[in-house]
Amino acid sequence: MSHAADLPLWASLIASFLVLLGASLTLVGAIGLVRLKTFYDRIHAPSLGATWGAGGILLASILLFSVLQSRLVLHEVLIAVFVTVTTPVTLMLLGRAALYRDRSENAADLPPPIRSDGETKSGDAI
Amino acid sequence: MSRLLPYPLLAVSLLAMWLLLNGLSLGHLVLGSVIGIAASNVTAALQPPRSRIRRWHLIPRLVAIVLVDIWRSNVAVARLILFPAQHRRVSGFVIVPLELREPAALAILACILTCTPGTAWVEYDSTARKLLIHVFDLVDEAHWIDLIKNRYERLLLEILA
Repeated sequence: MSHAADLPLWASLIASFLVLLGASLTLVGAIGLVRLKTFYDRIHAPSLGATWGAGGILLASILLFSVLQSRLVLHEVLIAVFVTVTTPVTLMLLGRAALYRDRSENAADLPPPIRSDGETKSGDAI
Repeated sequence: MSRLLPYPLLAVSLLAMWLLLNGLSLGHLVLGSVIGIAASNVTAALQPPRSRIRRWHLIPRLVAIVLVDIWRSNVAVARLILFPAQHRRVSGFVIVPLELREPAALAILACILTCTPGTAWVEYDSTARKLLIHVFDLVDEAHWIDLIKNRYERLLLEILA
């Protein structure tokens, strides 16, 4: 960051605000991951970092490099797109694995099976 | 047109990605177009389901709604994590009956729901056409079903019918 001194004040203020916002949201998500009690509650917390946590930092990066290079730098948009598109894959994998485990262990507080045809086992009745 | 460009949207997205990564210039425009057309022709061998976008003008509206909702639920979930004592939170599962069948539309709905911190897509059954989601702060089940059906599903049905 040798050119940081060339940055006008307004841009550095907005960029620092966005970076701090993104970093704080990511931190809160990480705190939630530690402090929440059940698996299903925990999967909500990291989404903070994956959405506006990453979003704030990426917006700051777009602003900073666009101002420094005097042209629109937008390739951060690709990071946002790929994070958004790949998050559901991991989350569904984890969610369904947990659900499978809980159903096979007959854990408490399980959702009713969503399949209404004959494929539900008799042991699933709540 | 359709022989050269079996998946125009994919070709255009690849071109956009190429230009974003390499900067806008005539040379990269040509190279990116060649790559986009070639790659979408190779993908045609996999025969992914084709979906047609009917109403382009509704896409910005959906994007705006989703960005605002994600922001609001970021704030709400952050507050619940930092100050758990303020509000007695109950989380739980909700079953949402869906009318969407289009794989692309379901994928977009999955992205929306998982990216919103308060909701997580858990399971979808295509024969029962029901979706199981987990909600972080479940006050009223009907409210969440109404939100998904009227705020996202209706727009998605209009865009990708």
